[in-house]
Amino acid sequence: MNRTTRPITRTHIAAHLILLTYTVIALFPVFVILINSFKTRKAIFRDPLALPGADSFSLIGYHTVLKQGDFFLYFQNSMIVTVVSLILILLFGAMAAFALAEYRFRGNALMGLYLALGIMIPIRIGTVAILELMVATGLVNTLSALILVYTAQGLPLAIFILSEFMKGINDDLKSAGRIDGLSEYTIFFRLVLPLVRPAMATVAVFNMIPIWNDLWFPLILAPAEEVKTLTLGSQVFIGQFVTDWNAVLSALSMAIIPVMILYIIFSRQLIRGITSGAVK
Amino acid sequence: MTSSMTPKRRWHIIVFLAPAVLIYTTVMIIPLFATLRLSMFAEINNTRVWVGLENFRTLFGDAVWSTQFWNALANNAWFFIIHMLVQNPIGILIAAILSSSRLRFSALYRSAIFIPTILSFVIVGFAWKLILSPIWGIAPGMLDSVGLKFLYQPWLGKEQYALTTLGLISVWQFVGIPMMLIYAALLSIPDEILEAAECEGITGMALFWKIKLPLILPSIGIISILTFVGNFNAFDLIYAAQGALAGPDYSTDILGTFMYRTFFGFQLQLGDPHMGSAIASAMFGIILIGVCIYLFGIQRRLRHYQF
Repeated sequence: MNRTTRPITRTHIAAHLILLTYTVIALFPVFVILINSFKTRKAIFRDPLALPGADSFSLIGYHTVLKQGDFFLYFQNSMIVTVVSLILILLFGAMAAFALAEYRFRGNALMGLYLALGIMIPIRIGTVAILELMVATGLVNTLSALILVYTAQGLPLAIFILSEFMKGINDDLKSAGRIDGLSEYTIFFRLVLPLVRPAMATVAVFNMIPIWNDLWFPLILAPAEEVKTLTLGSQVFIGQFVTDWNAVLSALSMAIIPVMILYIIFSRQLIRGITSGAVK
Repeated sequence: MTSSMTPKRRWHIIVFLAPAVLIYTTVMIIPLFATLRLSMFAEINNTRVWVGLENFRTLFGDAVWSTQFWNALANNAWFFIIHMLVQNPIGILIAAILSSSRLRFSALYRSAIFIPTILSFVIVGFAWKLILSPIWGIAPGMLDSVGLKFLYQPWLGKEQYALTTLGLISVWQFVGIPMMLIYAALLSIPDEILEAAECEGITGMALFWKIKLPLILPSIGIISILTFVGNFNAFDLIYAAQGALAGPDYSTDILGTFMYRTFFGFQLQLGDPHMGSAIASAMFGIILIGVCIYLFGIQRRLRHYQF
Protein backbone atom coordinates (compact mmCIF):
# COMPACT_ATOMS: atom_id res chain seq x y z
CA MET A 1 0.00 0.00 0.00
CA ASN A 2 2.58 2.48 1.14
CA ARG A 3 4.76 1.95 -1.84
CA THR A 4 1.98 2.87 -4.27
CA THR A 5 0.69 5.93 -2.42
CA ARG A 6 4.06 7.68 -2.13
CA PRO A 7 4.66 8.42 -5.83
CA ILE A 8 0.99 9.33 -6.32
CA THR A 9 1.15 12.03 -3.65
CA ARG A 10 4.34 13.37 -5.17
CA THR A 11 2.77 13.71 -8.62
CA HIS A 12 -0.25 15.25 -6.94
CA ILE A 13 1.90 17.91 -5.34
CA ALA A 14 3.56 18.62 -8.67
CA ALA A 15 0.17 18.84 -10.35
CA HIS A 16 -1.13 21.23 -7.71
CA LEU A 17 1.98 23.35 -8.03
CA ILE A 18 1.59 23.74 -11.80
CA LEU A 19 -2.13 24.45 -11.58
CA LEU A 20 -1.69 26.87 -8.71
CA THR A 21 1.06 28.75 -10.56
CA TYR A 22 -1.12 29.11 -13.61
CA THR A 23 -4.14 30.14 -11.55
CA VAL A 24 -2.06 32.91 -9.98
CA ILE A 25 -0.93 34.04 -13.45
CA ALA A 26 -4.55 34.01 -14.63
CA LEU A 27 -5.96 35.95 -11.70
CA PHE A 28 -3.10 38.30 -10.81
CA PRO A 29 -3.91 41.15 -13.26
CA VAL A 30 -7.60 41.13 -12.33
CA PHE A 31 -6.69 41.17 -8.66
CA VAL A 32 -4.24 44.07 -9.06
CA ILE A 33 -6.82 46.16 -10.95
CA LEU A 34 -9.57 45.50 -8.41
CA ILE A 35 -7.55 46.24 -5.26
CA ASN A 36 -5.98 49.38 -6.67
CA SER A 37 -9.32 50.80 -7.75
CA PHE A 38 -10.13 51.24 -4.05
CA LYS A 39 -6.94 53.15 -3.18
CA THR A 40 -5.80 56.74 -3.14
CA ARG A 41 -3.59 57.90 -5.96
CA LYS A 42 -0.58 58.03 -3.67
CA ALA A 43 -1.16 54.50 -2.42
CA ILE A 44 -1.58 53.17 -5.96
CA PHE A 45 1.95 54.25 -6.79
CA ARG A 46 3.58 53.76 -3.40
CA ASP A 47 2.70 50.12 -2.99
CA PRO A 48 0.69 48.70 -5.92
CA LEU A 49 0.49 45.19 -4.49
CA ALA A 50 -0.85 46.12 -1.05
CA LEU A 51 -4.50 45.70 -0.14
CA PRO A 52 -6.39 48.93 0.51
CA GLY A 53 -6.03 49.79 4.17
CA ALA A 54 -7.70 52.38 6.43
CA ASP A 55 -5.36 55.18 5.35
CA SER A 56 -5.17 54.23 1.66
CA PHE A 57 -8.85 53.46 1.02
CA SER A 58 -10.56 55.81 -1.41
CA LEU A 59 -13.53 55.79 -3.74
CA ILE A 60 -12.45 58.87 -5.68
CA GLY A 61 -12.02 56.91 -8.90
CA TYR A 62 -15.56 55.61 -8.74
CA HIS A 63 -16.85 59.15 -8.10
CA THR A 64 -15.15 60.39 -11.27
CA VAL A 65 -16.44 57.45 -13.29
CA LEU A 66 -20.02 57.87 -12.12
CA LYS A 67 -19.94 61.64 -12.61
CA GLN A 68 -18.19 61.74 -15.99
CA GLY A 69 -19.28 58.60 -17.72
CA ASP A 70 -22.81 57.35 -18.09
CA PHE A 71 -21.98 53.82 -17.04
CA PHE A 72 -25.52 52.89 -16.06
CA LEU A 73 -26.71 53.79 -19.54
CA TYR A 74 -23.85 51.82 -21.12
CA PHE A 75 -24.65 48.86 -18.91
CA GLN A 76 -28.32 49.06 -19.85
CA ASN A 77 -27.44 49.21 -23.56
CA SER A 78 -25.16 46.19 -23.28
CA MET A 79 -27.85 44.35 -21.39
CA ILE A 80 -30.55 45.11 -23.99
CA VAL A 81 -28.31 44.16 -26.92
CA THR A 82 -27.13 40.93 -25.31
CA VAL A 83 -30.50 39.75 -24.02
CA VAL A 84 -32.51 40.58 -27.16
CA SER A 85 -29.86 39.05 -29.43
CA LEU A 86 -29.82 35.88 -27.34
CA ILE A 87 -33.62 35.61 -27.43
CA LEU A 88 -33.68 36.04 -31.21
CA ILE A 89 -30.80 33.59 -31.75
CA LEU A 90 -32.50 30.98 -29.57
CA LEU A 91 -36.02 31.45 -30.98
CA PHE A 92 -35.18 31.74 -34.69
CA GLY A 93 -32.33 29.25 -34.38
CA ALA A 94 -34.55 26.65 -32.74
CA MET A 95 -37.29 27.19 -35.33
CA ALA A 96 -34.91 26.71 -38.26
CA ALA A 97 -33.20 23.79 -36.54
CA PHE A 98 -36.59 22.14 -36.06
CA ALA A 99 -37.45 22.57 -39.75
CA LEU A 100 -34.12 21.00 -40.75
CA ALA A 101 -34.24 18.17 -38.24
CA GLU A 102 -37.92 17.29 -38.46
CA TYR A 103 -39.12 17.58 -42.05
CA ARG A 104 -37.91 15.99 -45.22
CA PHE A 105 -38.17 18.48 -48.05
CA ARG A 106 -36.29 19.22 -51.21
CA GLY A 107 -33.16 21.25 -50.51
CA ASN A 108 -32.96 20.30 -46.85
CA ALA A 109 -29.29 19.30 -46.96
CA LEU A 110 -28.41 22.28 -49.11
CA MET A 111 -30.18 24.65 -46.71
CA GLY A 112 -28.31 23.08 -43.79
CA LEU A 113 -25.01 23.60 -45.58
CA TYR A 114 -25.90 27.20 -46.50
CA LEU A 115 -26.74 28.01 -42.89
CA ALA A 116 -23.57 26.29 -41.66
CA LEU A 117 -21.27 28.45 -43.84
CA GLY A 118 -21.37 31.20 -41.26
CA ILE A 119 -19.82 29.01 -38.56
CA MET A 120 -16.35 29.36 -40.08
CA ILE A 121 -16.59 32.70 -41.89
CA PRO A 122 -16.41 35.69 -39.55
CA ILE A 123 -19.15 38.26 -40.12
CA ARG A 124 -16.57 41.05 -39.74
CA ILE A 125 -15.37 40.43 -43.29
CA GLY A 126 -18.63 42.02 -44.51
CA THR A 127 -18.33 45.11 -42.31
CA VAL A 128 -18.06 47.68 -45.11
CA ALA A 129 -21.32 46.54 -46.71
CA ILE A 130 -23.03 46.04 -43.34
CA LEU A 131 -22.34 49.69 -42.52
CA GLU A 132 -23.74 50.75 -45.90
CA LEU A 133 -26.82 48.60 -45.27
CA MET A 134 -27.36 50.18 -41.86
CA VAL A 135 -26.87 53.67 -43.28
CA ALA A 136 -29.38 52.93 -46.06
CA THR A 137 -31.99 51.61 -43.63
CA GLY A 138 -31.38 54.37 -41.09
CA LEU A 139 -30.31 51.91 -38.42
CA VAL A 140 -26.90 53.46 -37.75
CA ASN A 141 -26.50 54.43 -34.09
CA THR A 142 -29.39 52.25 -32.96
CA LEU A 143 -29.24 49.19 -30.76
CA SER A 144 -31.27 47.35 -33.44
CA ALA A 145 -28.28 47.43 -35.79
CA LEU A 146 -26.14 45.64 -33.21
CA ILE A 147 -28.92 43.18 -32.38
CA LEU A 148 -29.35 42.26 -36.05
CA VAL A 149 -25.63 41.74 -36.57
CA TYR A 150 -25.20 39.61 -33.46
CA THR A 151 -28.29 37.57 -34.31
CA ALA A 152 -26.97 36.87 -37.81
CA GLN A 153 -23.57 36.00 -36.35
CA GLY A 154 -24.99 33.63 -33.73
CA LEU A 155 -27.57 31.80 -35.85
CA PRO A 156 -25.30 29.40 -37.83
CA LEU A 157 -23.75 27.68 -34.80
CA ALA A 158 -27.07 27.77 -32.91
CA ILE A 159 -28.88 26.03 -35.77
CA PHE A 160 -26.09 23.47 -36.10
CA ILE A 161 -26.02 22.57 -32.40
CA LEU A 162 -29.82 22.61 -31.95
CA SER A 163 -30.61 20.53 -35.04
CA GLU A 164 -28.05 17.89 -34.02
CA PHE A 165 -29.76 17.81 -30.65
CA MET A 166 -33.29 17.70 -32.09
CA LYS A 167 -32.44 14.76 -34.33
CA GLY A 168 -31.90 12.80 -31.14
CA ILE A 169 -35.40 13.42 -29.80
CA ASN A 170 -37.73 10.44 -29.71
CA ASP A 171 -40.47 10.52 -32.37
CA ASP A 172 -43.16 8.92 -30.17
CA LEU A 173 -44.10 12.10 -28.36
CA LYS A 174 -44.43 14.08 -31.58
CA SER A 175 -46.44 11.30 -33.26
CA ALA A 176 -48.78 11.17 -30.27
CA GLY A 177 -49.22 14.93 -30.54
CA ARG A 178 -50.02 14.70 -34.25
CA ILE A 179 -52.59 11.96 -33.65
CA ASP A 180 -54.20 14.22 -31.07
CA GLY A 181 -54.50 16.82 -33.79
CA LEU A 182 -51.92 19.33 -32.51
CA SER A 183 -50.63 21.76 -35.11
CA GLU A 184 -46.94 21.69 -36.07
CA TYR A 185 -46.48 24.99 -34.23
CA THR A 186 -47.96 23.60 -31.01
CA ILE A 187 -45.74 20.53 -31.32
CA PHE A 188 -42.70 22.75 -31.67
CA PHE A 189 -43.47 25.20 -28.89
CA ARG A 190 -45.12 22.85 -26.39
CA LEU A 191 -43.38 19.53 -26.95
CA VAL A 192 -39.99 20.10 -28.56
CA LEU A 193 -38.74 23.39 -27.07
CA PRO A 194 -38.92 22.20 -23.43
CA LEU A 195 -36.93 19.11 -24.40
CA VAL A 196 -34.03 21.03 -25.95
CA ARG A 197 -33.57 23.39 -23.02
CA PRO A 198 -30.08 22.05 -22.13
CA ALA A 199 -28.85 22.63 -25.69
CA MET A 200 -30.41 26.10 -25.64
CA ALA A 201 -28.45 26.89 -22.47
CA THR A 202 -25.25 25.81 -24.22
CA VAL A 203 -26.00 28.06 -27.21
CA ALA A 204 -26.86 30.96 -24.89
CA VAL A 205 -23.63 30.83 -22.91
CA PHE A 206 -21.55 30.43 -26.06
CA ASN A 207 -23.02 33.58 -27.56
CA MET A 208 -23.27 35.67 -24.43
CA ILE A 209 -19.58 36.42 -23.88
CA PRO A 210 -18.60 37.41 -27.45
CA ILE A 211 -21.67 39.66 -27.79
CA TRP A 212 -21.13 41.38 -24.45
CA ASN A 213 -17.41 41.90 -25.10
CA ASP A 214 -17.49 42.93 -28.75
CA LEU A 215 -15.77 46.21 -29.55
CA TRP A 216 -15.73 46.14 -33.37
CA PHE A 217 -19.42 46.55 -34.22
CA PRO A 218 -20.31 49.05 -31.47
CA LEU A 219 -17.34 51.13 -32.64
CA ILE A 220 -18.46 51.04 -36.28
CA LEU A 221 -22.26 50.79 -36.16
CA ALA A 222 -23.27 52.52 -32.93
CA PRO A 223 -20.63 54.93 -31.59
CA ALA A 224 -23.12 57.61 -30.46
CA GLU A 225 -23.19 58.44 -26.75
CA GLU A 226 -26.77 57.25 -26.08
CA VAL A 227 -26.26 53.79 -27.66
CA LYS A 228 -22.73 53.02 -26.45
CA THR A 229 -22.28 49.56 -25.00
CA LEU A 230 -20.31 49.01 -21.81
CA THR A 231 -17.29 47.69 -23.73
CA LEU A 232 -17.12 50.69 -26.05
CA GLY A 233 -18.07 53.07 -23.25
CA SER A 234 -15.19 51.94 -21.05
CA GLN A 235 -12.80 52.02 -24.03
CA VAL A 236 -13.69 55.65 -24.81
CA PHE A 237 -13.77 56.69 -21.15
CA ILE A 238 -10.36 55.19 -20.43
CA GLY A 239 -8.97 56.80 -23.56
CA GLN A 240 -10.07 60.22 -22.27
CA PHE A 241 -8.92 59.75 -18.69
CA VAL A 242 -5.58 58.02 -19.36
CA THR A 243 -3.74 60.14 -16.84
CA ASP A 244 -6.35 59.81 -14.10
CA TRP A 245 -5.26 56.46 -12.70
CA ASN A 246 -8.02 56.28 -10.10
CA ALA A 247 -10.67 56.78 -12.76
CA VAL A 248 -9.09 54.30 -15.18
CA LEU A 249 -8.75 51.58 -12.55
CA SER A 250 -12.31 52.14 -11.34
CA ALA A 251 -13.70 52.09 -14.87
CA LEU A 252 -11.89 48.79 -15.51
CA SER A 253 -13.27 47.35 -12.29
CA MET A 254 -16.77 48.47 -13.17
CA ALA A 255 -16.45 46.67 -16.49
CA ILE A 256 -15.05 43.55 -14.80
CA ILE A 257 -17.58 43.23 -11.98
CA PRO A 258 -20.82 42.57 -13.96
CA VAL A 259 -19.08 39.95 -16.13
CA MET A 260 -17.66 38.27 -13.04
CA ILE A 261 -21.10 38.15 -11.41
CA LEU A 262 -22.61 36.65 -14.57
CA TYR A 263 -19.74 34.16 -14.73
CA ILE A 264 -20.22 33.06 -11.15
CA ILE A 265 -23.93 32.51 -11.84
CA PHE A 266 -23.48 30.72 -15.17
CA SER A 267 -20.02 29.13 -14.90
CA ARG A 268 -21.50 25.70 -14.25
CA GLN A 269 -23.66 25.81 -17.39
CA LEU A 270 -20.84 27.34 -19.38
CA ILE A 271 -18.32 24.67 -18.44
CA ARG A 272 -20.87 21.92 -18.83
CA GLY A 273 -21.85 23.35 -22.20
CA ILE A 274 -18.27 23.43 -23.46
CA THR A 275 -17.33 20.04 -22.09
CA SER A 276 -20.57 18.34 -23.19
CA GLY A 277 -19.02 17.97 -26.61
CA ALA A 278 -21.59 20.12 -28.36
CA VAL A 279 -18.86 21.57 -30.56
CA LYS A 280 -17.16 18.39 -31.62
CA MET B 1 -42.06 13.24 -42.33
CA THR B 2 -45.72 13.05 -41.50
CA SER B 3 -47.15 15.01 -44.34
CA SER B 4 -44.59 14.14 -46.98
CA MET B 5 -47.34 12.20 -48.75
CA THR B 6 -49.69 15.13 -49.00
CA PRO B 7 -49.29 17.23 -52.12
CA LYS B 8 -50.22 20.55 -50.49
CA ARG B 9 -47.54 23.08 -49.61
CA ARG B 10 -46.29 22.72 -46.09
CA TRP B 11 -46.30 26.34 -45.05
CA HIS B 12 -45.08 25.63 -41.56
CA ILE B 13 -41.65 24.64 -42.90
CA ILE B 14 -41.34 28.03 -44.55
CA VAL B 15 -42.59 29.79 -41.42
CA PHE B 16 -40.03 27.94 -39.28
CA LEU B 17 -37.13 28.68 -41.63
CA ALA B 18 -38.02 32.22 -42.74
CA PRO B 19 -36.85 34.42 -39.82
CA ALA B 20 -33.43 32.77 -39.50
CA VAL B 21 -32.80 32.57 -43.23
CA LEU B 22 -33.93 36.16 -43.75
CA ILE B 23 -31.74 37.69 -41.05
CA TYR B 24 -28.75 35.49 -41.89
CA THR B 25 -29.01 36.26 -45.59
CA THR B 26 -29.58 40.01 -45.38
CA VAL B 27 -27.17 40.82 -42.57
CA MET B 28 -24.41 38.29 -43.19
CA ILE B 29 -24.33 36.65 -46.62
CA ILE B 30 -25.39 39.57 -48.84
CA PRO B 31 -23.02 42.05 -47.11
CA LEU B 32 -20.23 39.50 -47.41
CA PHE B 33 -20.63 39.30 -51.19
CA ALA B 34 -21.38 43.02 -51.45
CA THR B 35 -18.04 43.67 -49.73
CA LEU B 36 -16.23 41.39 -52.17
CA ARG B 37 -17.99 43.29 -54.98
CA LEU B 38 -17.15 46.71 -53.50
CA SER B 39 -13.48 45.83 -53.70
CA MET B 40 -13.82 46.09 -57.49
CA PHE B 41 -15.02 49.70 -57.37
CA ALA B 42 -13.43 53.04 -56.62
CA GLU B 43 -14.70 56.53 -56.04
CA ILE B 44 -13.77 58.86 -58.85
CA ASN B 45 -15.29 62.38 -58.89
CA ASN B 46 -17.82 61.43 -56.21
CA THR B 47 -19.24 58.54 -58.22
CA ARG B 48 -18.68 54.86 -57.76
CA VAL B 49 -16.91 53.39 -60.79
CA TRP B 50 -16.04 49.83 -61.69
CA VAL B 51 -12.28 49.41 -61.73
CA GLY B 52 -11.92 45.63 -61.81
CA LEU B 53 -8.89 44.37 -59.96
CA GLU B 54 -7.26 47.80 -59.80
CA ASN B 55 -7.60 48.00 -56.00
CA PHE B 56 -5.78 44.72 -55.59
CA ARG B 57 -3.07 45.90 -57.95
CA THR B 58 -2.65 48.93 -55.68
CA LEU B 59 -2.73 46.79 -52.56
CA PHE B 60 -0.07 44.35 -53.74
CA GLY B 61 1.82 46.51 -56.21
CA ASP B 62 1.92 50.07 -54.91
CA ALA B 63 4.93 50.49 -52.64
CA VAL B 64 3.10 52.37 -49.86
CA TRP B 65 0.18 49.95 -49.72
CA SER B 66 2.04 46.71 -50.23
CA THR B 67 4.57 47.44 -47.47
CA GLN B 68 1.67 47.98 -45.08
CA PHE B 69 -0.16 44.90 -46.29
CA TRP B 70 2.79 42.52 -46.06
CA ASN B 71 3.77 44.03 -42.71
CA ALA B 72 0.24 43.39 -41.38
CA LEU B 73 0.17 39.88 -42.85
CA ALA B 74 3.60 38.97 -41.47
CA ASN B 75 2.64 40.34 -38.04
CA ASN B 76 -0.61 38.41 -38.19
CA ALA B 77 1.25 35.21 -39.04
CA TRP B 78 3.62 35.73 -36.10
CA PHE B 79 0.60 36.42 -33.87
CA PHE B 80 -0.85 33.07 -34.98
CA ILE B 81 2.44 31.20 -34.49
CA ILE B 82 2.69 32.50 -30.91
CA HIS B 83 -0.78 31.15 -30.21
CA MET B 84 0.00 27.77 -31.72
CA LEU B 85 3.33 27.45 -29.90
CA VAL B 86 2.35 28.83 -26.51
CA GLN B 87 -1.42 28.86 -26.01
CA ASN B 88 -2.26 25.40 -27.26
CA PRO B 89 0.57 23.49 -25.53
CA ILE B 90 -0.19 25.23 -22.21
CA GLY B 91 -3.90 24.48 -22.68
CA ILE B 92 -3.15 20.82 -23.39
CA LEU B 93 -0.78 20.57 -20.42
CA ILE B 94 -3.32 22.03 -17.99
CA ALA B 95 -6.12 19.87 -19.40
CA ALA B 96 -3.95 16.76 -19.13
CA ILE B 97 -3.15 17.51 -15.49
CA LEU B 98 -6.77 18.33 -14.68
CA SER B 99 -8.07 15.12 -16.19
CA SER B 100 -5.32 12.65 -15.31
CA SER B 101 -5.53 12.29 -11.57
CA ARG B 102 -8.41 12.52 -9.19
CA LEU B 103 -7.23 15.92 -8.11
CA ARG B 104 -8.89 17.97 -5.39
CA PHE B 105 -10.11 21.47 -6.31
CA SER B 106 -9.91 20.68 -10.01
CA ALA B 107 -13.28 22.38 -10.68
CA LEU B 108 -11.97 25.44 -8.87
CA TYR B 109 -8.77 25.55 -10.93
CA ARG B 110 -10.77 25.11 -14.10
CA SER B 111 -13.13 27.98 -13.32
CA ALA B 112 -10.32 30.28 -12.23
CA ILE B 113 -8.14 29.63 -15.27
CA PHE B 114 -11.11 30.34 -17.54
CA ILE B 115 -11.74 33.80 -16.00
CA PRO B 116 -9.47 35.81 -18.37
CA THR B 117 -11.39 34.37 -21.32
CA ILE B 118 -14.65 35.99 -20.21
CA LEU B 119 -13.13 39.47 -19.91
CA SER B 120 -13.36 41.90 -22.80
CA PHE B 121 -10.29 42.85 -24.85
CA VAL B 122 -10.65 46.38 -23.56
CA ILE B 123 -10.21 45.25 -19.95
CA VAL B 124 -7.41 42.85 -20.83
CA GLY B 125 -5.58 45.37 -23.02
CA PHE B 126 -5.64 48.17 -20.50
CA ALA B 127 -5.00 45.99 -17.47
CA TRP B 128 -1.79 44.64 -19.00
CA LYS B 129 -0.83 48.04 -20.31
CA LEU B 130 -0.97 49.37 -16.75
CA ILE B 131 0.84 46.39 -15.27
CA LEU B 132 3.68 46.54 -17.81
CA SER B 133 3.87 50.32 -17.68
CA PRO B 134 7.17 51.81 -16.49
CA ILE B 135 5.22 54.60 -14.72
CA TRP B 136 3.34 52.31 -12.37
CA GLY B 137 6.22 49.96 -11.92
CA ILE B 138 4.52 46.68 -11.05
CA ALA B 139 6.47 44.68 -13.62
CA PRO B 140 9.88 46.26 -12.88
CA GLY B 141 9.14 46.08 -9.15
CA MET B 142 8.38 42.38 -9.31
CA LEU B 143 11.44 41.63 -11.43
CA ASP B 144 13.51 43.66 -8.96
CA SER B 145 12.30 41.55 -6.06
CA VAL B 146 13.79 38.44 -7.68
CA GLY B 147 16.93 40.27 -8.75
CA LEU B 148 16.11 40.38 -12.44
CA LYS B 149 15.39 44.07 -12.83
CA PHE B 150 17.89 44.34 -15.69
CA LEU B 151 15.47 42.22 -17.77
CA TYR B 152 12.77 44.86 -17.64
CA GLN B 153 11.88 46.71 -20.81
CA PRO B 154 8.84 48.81 -21.61
CA TRP B 155 7.74 45.86 -23.71
CA LEU B 156 4.64 47.40 -25.25
CA GLY B 157 6.54 50.50 -26.27
CA LYS B 158 9.45 48.87 -28.06
CA GLU B 159 9.11 47.89 -31.69
CA GLN B 160 10.96 44.64 -31.36
CA TYR B 161 8.92 43.38 -28.39
CA ALA B 162 5.44 44.91 -28.71
CA LEU B 163 3.84 42.36 -31.04
CA THR B 164 5.19 39.35 -29.14
CA THR B 165 4.02 40.92 -25.87
CA LEU B 166 0.52 41.43 -27.26
CA GLY B 167 0.54 37.87 -28.60
CA LEU B 168 1.39 36.57 -25.14
CA ILE B 169 -1.32 38.75 -23.56
CA SER B 170 -3.81 37.26 -26.00
CA VAL B 171 -2.51 33.79 -25.11
CA TRP B 172 -3.01 34.60 -21.43
CA GLN B 173 -6.59 35.57 -22.22
CA PHE B 174 -7.54 32.54 -24.32
CA VAL B 175 -5.72 29.58 -22.76
CA GLY B 176 -9.09 28.67 -21.24
CA ILE B 177 -10.58 27.61 -24.58
CA PRO B 178 -8.06 24.90 -25.61
CA MET B 179 -7.97 23.84 -21.97
CA MET B 180 -11.73 23.25 -21.88
CA LEU B 181 -11.99 21.55 -25.28
CA ILE B 182 -9.03 19.24 -24.66
CA TYR B 183 -10.29 18.51 -21.16
CA ALA B 184 -13.64 17.45 -22.64
CA ALA B 185 -11.89 15.30 -25.24
CA LEU B 186 -9.71 13.62 -22.61
CA LEU B 187 -12.72 12.87 -20.42
CA SER B 188 -14.48 11.20 -23.34
CA ILE B 189 -11.74 8.57 -23.73
CA PRO B 190 -13.29 5.34 -22.38
CA ASP B 191 -11.74 3.89 -19.24
CA GLU B 192 -11.40 0.46 -20.86
CA ILE B 193 -8.81 1.77 -23.30
CA LEU B 194 -6.75 3.34 -20.51
CA GLU B 195 -7.05 0.22 -18.37
CA ALA B 196 -6.01 -1.98 -21.27
CA ALA B 197 -2.98 0.26 -21.80
CA GLU B 198 -2.09 0.06 -18.14
CA CYS B 199 -2.27 -3.72 -18.30
CA GLU B 200 0.28 -3.56 -21.10
CA GLY B 201 2.51 -1.58 -18.77
CA ILE B 202 1.98 1.82 -20.37
CA THR B 203 1.65 4.41 -17.61
CA GLY B 204 2.34 8.02 -16.75
CA MET B 205 3.90 10.10 -19.52
CA ALA B 206 3.95 7.18 -21.95
CA LEU B 207 0.21 6.77 -21.47
CA PHE B 208 -0.29 10.38 -22.45
CA TRP B 209 2.03 10.39 -25.47
CA LYS B 210 1.12 6.98 -26.87
CA ILE B 211 -2.58 6.62 -26.08
CA LYS B 212 -4.24 9.88 -25.14
CA LEU B 213 -2.54 12.30 -27.51
CA PRO B 214 -3.38 10.33 -30.69
CA LEU B 215 -6.97 10.10 -29.52
CA ILE B 216 -7.36 13.85 -28.99
CA LEU B 217 -5.70 14.88 -32.28
CA PRO B 218 -9.08 15.72 -33.89
CA SER B 219 -9.79 18.17 -31.04
CA ILE B 220 -6.34 19.71 -31.47
CA GLY B 221 -7.22 20.13 -35.16
CA ILE B 222 -10.45 21.95 -34.30
CA ILE B 223 -8.61 24.20 -31.85
CA SER B 224 -6.00 25.02 -34.46
CA ILE B 225 -8.55 26.11 -37.04
CA LEU B 226 -10.52 28.09 -34.42
CA THR B 227 -7.27 29.81 -33.43
CA PHE B 228 -6.46 30.51 -37.08
CA VAL B 229 -9.83 32.07 -37.89
CA GLY B 230 -9.83 34.02 -34.61
CA ASN B 231 -6.30 35.38 -35.12
CA PHE B 232 -6.68 36.43 -38.74
CA ASN B 233 -9.80 38.34 -37.84
CA ALA B 234 -8.45 39.82 -34.59
CA PHE B 235 -8.64 43.54 -33.96
CA ASP B 236 -9.94 44.41 -30.52
CA LEU B 237 -6.89 43.72 -28.36
CA ILE B 238 -4.47 45.64 -30.59
CA TYR B 239 -6.94 48.53 -30.91
CA ALA B 240 -7.55 48.65 -27.15
CA ALA B 241 -3.88 48.48 -26.20
CA GLN B 242 -2.12 50.34 -29.03
CA GLY B 243 -4.85 52.31 -30.81
CA ALA B 244 -5.78 52.31 -34.50
CA LEU B 245 -2.22 53.19 -35.50
CA ALA B 246 -1.00 49.91 -34.01
CA GLY B 247 2.16 51.51 -32.69
CA PRO B 248 5.00 51.78 -32.11
CA ASP B 249 5.55 52.52 -35.79
CA TYR B 250 3.02 49.95 -37.05
CA SER B 251 4.98 47.13 -35.44
CA THR B 252 1.76 45.61 -34.03
CA ASP B 253 -0.37 46.21 -37.12
CA ILE B 254 -2.41 43.16 -38.12
CA LEU B 255 -4.95 42.72 -40.92
CA GLY B 256 -7.90 43.74 -38.71
CA THR B 257 -6.35 47.06 -37.63
CA PHE B 258 -5.07 47.71 -41.16
CA MET B 259 -8.56 47.23 -42.57
CA TYR B 260 -10.11 49.45 -39.88
CA ARG B 261 -7.61 52.24 -40.55
CA THR B 262 -8.10 52.03 -44.28
CA PHE B 263 -11.88 51.92 -44.07
CA PHE B 264 -12.29 54.75 -41.56
CA GLY B 265 -9.21 56.79 -42.20
CA PHE B 266 -6.94 58.25 -39.56
CA GLN B 267 -5.24 61.57 -38.99
CA LEU B 268 -4.96 63.16 -42.45
CA GLN B 269 -5.80 60.17 -44.60
CA LEU B 270 -9.46 59.87 -45.54
CA GLY B 271 -11.31 56.62 -45.14
CA ASP B 272 -11.66 54.51 -48.26
CA PRO B 273 -14.43 51.89 -48.23
CA HIS B 274 -13.23 50.37 -51.49
CA MET B 275 -9.65 49.75 -50.38
CA GLY B 276 -11.11 48.61 -47.05
CA SER B 277 -13.20 46.08 -48.96
CA ALA B 278 -10.14 44.96 -50.89
CA ILE B 279 -8.34 44.23 -47.60
CA ALA B 280 -11.45 42.47 -46.28
CA SER B 281 -11.50 40.35 -49.43
CA ALA B 282 -7.85 39.45 -48.90
CA MET B 283 -8.70 38.44 -45.31
CA PHE B 284 -11.61 36.39 -46.64
CA GLY B 285 -9.26 34.62 -49.06
CA ILE B 286 -6.71 33.89 -46.32
CA ILE B 287 -9.37 32.50 -43.95
CA LEU B 288 -10.88 30.45 -46.78
CA ILE B 289 -7.47 28.94 -47.63
CA GLY B 290 -6.92 28.09 -43.97
CA VAL B 291 -10.35 26.50 -43.59
CA CYS B 292 -9.89 24.49 -46.81
CA ILE B 293 -6.46 23.25 -45.74
CA TYR B 294 -8.05 22.14 -42.49
CA LEU B 295 -11.14 20.52 -44.02
CA PHE B 296 -9.47 18.74 -46.93
CA GLY B 297 -5.86 18.41 -45.84
CA ILE B 298 -5.88 17.85 -42.11
CA GLN B 299 -9.28 16.70 -40.95
CA ARG B 300 -9.51 13.92 -43.57
CA ARG B 301 -6.12 12.52 -42.61
CA LEU B 302 -6.81 12.42 -38.90
CA ARG B 303 -8.19 9.15 -37.75
CA HIS B 304 -11.43 9.52 -35.90
CA TYR B 305 -12.20 6.95 -33.28
CA GLN B 306 -15.76 6.07 -32.47
CA PHE B 307 -16.30 4.88 -28.94
